[in-house]
Amino acid sequence: MAVRNSLSGQLFRRSSVVAGARFMSSWFRSIEPAPKDPILGVTEAFLADQSPNKVNVGVGAYRDDNGKPVVLECVREAEKRIAGSQFMEYLPIGGSIKMVEESLKLAYGENSEFIKDKRIGAVQALSGTGACRLFAAFQHRFHPNSQIYIPVPTWANHHNIWRDAGVPMKTFRYYHPETRGLDFSGLMEDIKNAPDGSFFLLHACAHNPTGVDPSEEQWREISSLIKVKGHFPFFDMAYQGFASGDPERDAKAIRIFLEDGHLIGLAQSYAKNMGLYGQRVGCLSVLCEDEKQAVAVKSQLQLLARPMYSNPPVHGALIVSTVLGDPELKNLWLKEVKVMADRIIGMRATLRENLEKLGSPLPWQHITNQIGMFCYSGLTPEQVDRMTSEFHIYMTRNGRISMAGLNTGNVGYVANAIHEVTKSA
Amino acid sequence: MRPPVIFQTTPFFSSSGDRRLNTLAKHFLQTESENNRNMSTSPTSSHGDSVFAHLVLAPEDPILGVTLAYNKDPSPVKLNLGVGAYRTEEGKPLVLNVVRRVEQELVSNPARNKEYLPITGVADFNKLSAQLIFGADSPAIQESRVTTVQCLSGTGSLRVGGEFLAKHYHQRNIYLPKPTWGNHPKVFTLAGLTVQTYRYYAPATRGLDFQGLMEDLGAAPSGSVILLHACAHNPTGVDPTAEQWEEIRKLIRSKALLPFFDSAYQGFASGSLDKDAQPVRSFVADGGELLVAQSYAKNMGLYGERVGALSIVCKSADVASKVESQLKLVIRPMYSNPPIHGATIVAAVLKDSDLFNEWTIELKEMADRIISMRQQLFDALHARGTPGDWSHIIKQIGMFTFTGLNSEQVSFMTREYHIYMTSDGRISMAGLSSKTVPHLADAIHAAVTKAV
Repeated sequence: MAVRNSLSGQLFRRSSVVAGARFMSSWFRSIEPAPKDPILGVTEAFLADQSPNKVNVGVGAYRDDNGKPVVLECVREAEKRIAGSQFMEYLPIGGSIKMVEESLKLAYGENSEFIKDKRIGAVQALSGTGACRLFAAFQHRFHPNSQIYIPVPTWANHHNIWRDAGVPMKTFRYYHPETRGLDFSGLMEDIKNAPDGSFFLLHACAHNPTGVDPSEEQWREISSLIKVKGHFPFFDMAYQGFASGDPERDAKAIRIFLEDGHLIGLAQSYAKNMGLYGQRVGCLSVLCEDEKQAVAVKSQLQLLARPMYSNPPVHGALIVSTVLGDPELKNLWLKEVKVMADRIIGMRATLRENLEKLGSPLPWQHITNQIGMFCYSGLTPEQVDRMTSEFHIYMTRNGRISMAGLNTGNVGYVANAIHEVTKSA
Repeated sequence: MRPPVIFQTTPFFSSSGDRRLNTLAKHFLQTESENNRNMSTSPTSSHGDSVFAHLVLAPEDPILGVTLAYNKDPSPVKLNLGVGAYRTEEGKPLVLNVVRRVEQELVSNPARNKEYLPITGVADFNKLSAQLIFGADSPAIQESRVTTVQCLSGTGSLRVGGEFLAKHYHQRNIYLPKPTWGNHPKVFTLAGLTVQTYRYYAPATRGLDFQGLMEDLGAAPSGSVILLHACAHNPTGVDPTAEQWEEIRKLIRSKALLPFFDSAYQGFASGSLDKDAQPVRSFVADGGELLVAQSYAKNMGLYGERVGALSIVCKSADVASKVESQLKLVIRPMYSNPPIHGATIVAAVLKDSDLFNEWTIELKEMADRIISMRQQLFDALHARGTPGDWSHIIKQIGMFTFTGLNSEQVSFMTREYHIYMTSDGRISMAGLSSKTVPHLADAIHAAVTKAV
């Protein structure tokens, strides 16, 4: 290093500065090419495939029965009303107040006392990812010695988010491969064994990637134990409305925790349930003891957001507040979200039926037991590779299938492929 | 059917609580006494204690807080000269015609969807943004040595660039001009870099402290990152001359310093997109590497849509592609992928020659109005015989004027004249109109002649 510097120093002194710049090698030449994102990389590979039979059950974006992306009617209507009528001024750092209000009503309940008492510190965030990252940065700043407990498995990006925020991770048992269901006793044991006052990441509904959710009774037990241990529950809710078709029902876990007196943190996303993926709209909220604390928390969240992006994008927030703020549009939205959820529930039933009809020796009831966009099929990475190389079916190597990518046109083909790669298992 | 929402404040030992505790007991292998110890030792286990109880109320953002204070003021003569957002002669925000036209097209096009963008954003947008700042014929672009990623306006581009450097660059120091935009130090500190400063503004002349700047950059350790305002320095409005830029460039290259340009006002400073990009282009022409953060907040009036781009010019195409892959790893855990709306508008404007031309005309109108406000304010102070040399008002460039007023004078102007500006004496010329210039001139005059 020293030798190179002195050599290049001599070169600079001898030659003109313009030429001198060209003698330097890149400052970035030692950078390694980064691995492809395991989830988004699947779609890239899918797009590159020329086969007419190709199926993308990789990324979790909803498709209709023709395999097409959907823009909801309520969203189209909201956009018509917005276009041309709004200035594009900066939002406050904390985002659209109206959108945040509507988001809190959706998650905490229309008549929530916590909203009335102004006990929730909340800001608009860049979809679910942005909400999680902002919370992770907040956790790091105010609890620098804390860790985050994440379920095994969880959405791959959770690891990256808390890591880049400087918060170390621990895990708790969640998925039970043998039953393709919940490892409830393992989960409870890990909650118990974690030091008092640990931070826990919980998927509010439609666990990603497994689709395995605790039952209501199990949620109540989890809540009680977390209460006894004094843990902090942080909920990632990316699928409210999308899981069962009913947003109130999908918020049940959160409502149980609120009843039990937990002071929760919550990341909400409108990517899936309002189809606003690319608009990056979400909300981060922290329930506090009182209004004064909520105001302080919000102000500190803003201090973290300002050096990240200054203020959040306005367009998606306007769509959300227009839809949720207008009773007619909100009703339309509720209908449309139920249509999406029902189609997925229907595909689960059809996929399972097909596999059972094909005479598969393996059990497939987990397909209909699991909920939400994803199904943890139980396929091994090798079997997944065969699905891709032999059948041009694209999914993540953990065996996760996005049910939204299935439709009446391809479900038979996919069932057949699954049967082919698993029948000798 | 919606279940009723029940919010009993459940006392800890109600019967349902007892039942659940009993169920829980089977998960505990410990004795009763250990149970009790667990329940009493954790400070967070009692009902209602927040883990964030120790937080204090954060101060308002010094820049954005000005608008909040302005909004609260009931006075009919109040003037907001705080945040740098363009206003028309009527004092209204402006959405450009080209933007409105593209918006209408987007809304009425049923083929448009809202799918996730790639992590790096809209490909067209990235390509066109690079062309805009580097010039379409730039050798760096021809040779595929530039990687460009869509980010959340200028702030987001700076933050992503900063985090990338903190992860992959061998030097942690970034030198910021003194003064600089208030958010710069926070962005880079949170990104993981160490902030240093170099002399920039000379209060005595209200111009550039060129000698101090050259001395400080000359003393910086080799390889340090240097933040440069591409044009229309914020907050001072003081830019180096072309000759001074050339000296700066030679020094930076000879010391192997890494330039990071913040370009928030291209086209807005002089009215010419190409002229305002000259400093950046000269640093590309010498074959060296650099970073540049672009914002479309002001020059395309897209403030709240958060549209910007980070470009990194590398020595080779191979390095550029590796850099791009690593940039994705910075972005994914921050917000996964950027917002679609604003970038789609920009790409449509940049791509279509009619829209592009119309944009340049609208941009020049905004820049010209600001230049005219500078002249009017200068003339008004001259007419009032306000003591002091006010020529810096017409010498400085871009949206802001660093008046030279101190914080007491600023407070006085807010109290007595309802003028809202940042306490460093910076005023946004974009917030002025022919009608309001006299009021501001009166306020400045009063502050300078009355206040201690």
